Amino acid sequence: MSKLNPSDRFYSKDHEWVKDTGNGSVVVGITDYAQEMLTDIVFVELPAVGKKVVKGEPLAVVESVKSVSDVYAPVGGEVLDVNTRLEDNPELVNADAFGEGWIAIVKPDNPGELKSLLSADEYDALLQEEKH
Amino acid sequence: MKKTPLYEKHVACGAKIIDFGGWAMPVQYTSVIDEHKTTRSAAALFDICHMGEIEVCGPQAFDLLQFALTRDLAGQTTGQVKLSALLNDRGGIIDDLTVYKMAEESYWLVTNATTREADLERITALGKAKGFDFRIADISDKTGKLDVQGPAAAAVLAKLTGADLPALRFYHFIRSQVAGIPAVISRSGYTGEDGFEIYADAASTGEIWDALLAAGAPRGLKPAGLGARDTLRLEAGMMLNGQDITQETNPLEVPYGWLVDWKKDFAGKAALAAVRDAGIRRKLVGFEMTGRGIARHGYPVLKAQTPIGSVASGTFSPTLQKAVGLAFVDIRHSEPGTEIAVAIREIRSQARIVPLPFYKRQK
Repeated sequence: MSKLNPSDRFYSKDHEWVKDTGNGSVVVGITDYAQEMLTDIVFVELPAVGKKVVKGEPLAVVESVKSVSDVYAPVGGEVLDVNTRLEDNPELVNADAFGEGWIAIVKPDNPGELKSLLSADEYDALLQEEKH
Repeated sequence: MKKTPLYEKHVACGAKIIDFGGWAMPVQYTSVIDEHKTTRSAAALFDICHMGEIEVCGPQAFDLLQFALTRDLAGQTTGQVKLSALLNDRGGIIDDLTVYKMAEESYWLVTNATTREADLERITALGKAKGFDFRIADISDKTGKLDVQGPAAAAVLAKLTGADLPALRFYHFIRSQVAGIPAVISRSGYTGEDGFEIYADAASTGEIWDALLAAGAPRGLKPAGLGARDTLRLEAGMMLNGQDITQETNPLEVPYGWLVDWKKDFAGKAALAAVRDAGIRRKLVGFEMTGRGIARHGYPVLKAQTPIGSVASGTFSPTLQKAVGLAFVDIRHSEPGTEIAVAIREIRSQARIVPLPFYKRQK
């Protein structure tokens, strides 16, 4: 069973989460549901710090033994930091997708964009649909 | 999609199902890595009912197979299994298959799932052209196949059969029973571990499956899917038909030269001899990533910025804890130790050609 989707952040339909840090940047990761679908994450390709990302375009790549999956940028902006621990410990995404398995910190071009994402309740509803 | 007799059991225990060459097959039950490690450390059970079985009988069954296949079958004894290749007229591999000598004038061919129709067609045509006296039948639908693989496989199977397993040598088989059901037990597999391939009536496969799961549970046996089967075979340096081998691949450019017996005549020999005499231009080699990333099927292989080939199979090796693969490369850059690069999306990551296999079990 997936862990509860925390209500302190926003979600994309592509199963990324976005958490506002309160000082002009957001933390981005993939949801627990996403890591559960991927299983056994063995490699994470992180973006370069300073890279400009466009909403909906690839931000990072997550690989399981069998699959290669893009992580899409849920907001457009500049990459301020990446979780370099994932280079040697990609399994952190499996173990703690909402916490230590975070992928990047992005400075959104348009902070208002967050409002267009899903709330935890809306994301819960989306998962219910996907599971049926 | 076609379903094996065990499909409902896979779904019931939560397996993730994929389309494998038109078959709905379990790719994993819990996790590829867990199932892989279970096979290396204990034992795992695989549903392999999708593979094909073709029966060849009659006074000239031997003559037909001796001509159709590249391997010399003259010394094969009843109860012995031989891996061989079936070629097209261009010397390309239609299938790599195993030949079971069931009795004098009676053989089984165990084929890949996606090649069984092509095999049947090719062998039948060759036999007719030669005017041989033989009978051939596709018995795949009535024949189930289960693989039990791993260091504990023999101990688990011994609980369910009276067959003398300690006396059964590698690449040999016996007709016996498993859980009271008539079965062919072959000491062979596709994982690099000790283990068995079990053939029985398709309708009884479910009973054998349940019996093996129950008998194996105390030894740590679990069901494993095609995901683990793929990483296990790759670590063991074995090729996957349809991915590493196609009809455009000849046995000399992949590690199948040993399957070719030049002293006899066989279908495709003239074309293959021409390839041999001209010299092969590319070769399938093993490589390991020394840089970051995982090489995947189709990624370009480079030597100092110049393309020299492409990746055939690539994965993360759960045993070695690094990315490995098989790649076709220019013969001039195919020696073990050669430093190469693999283009992974925008980056070029370093890799090194290494001898096969990646993994060899301790005996």
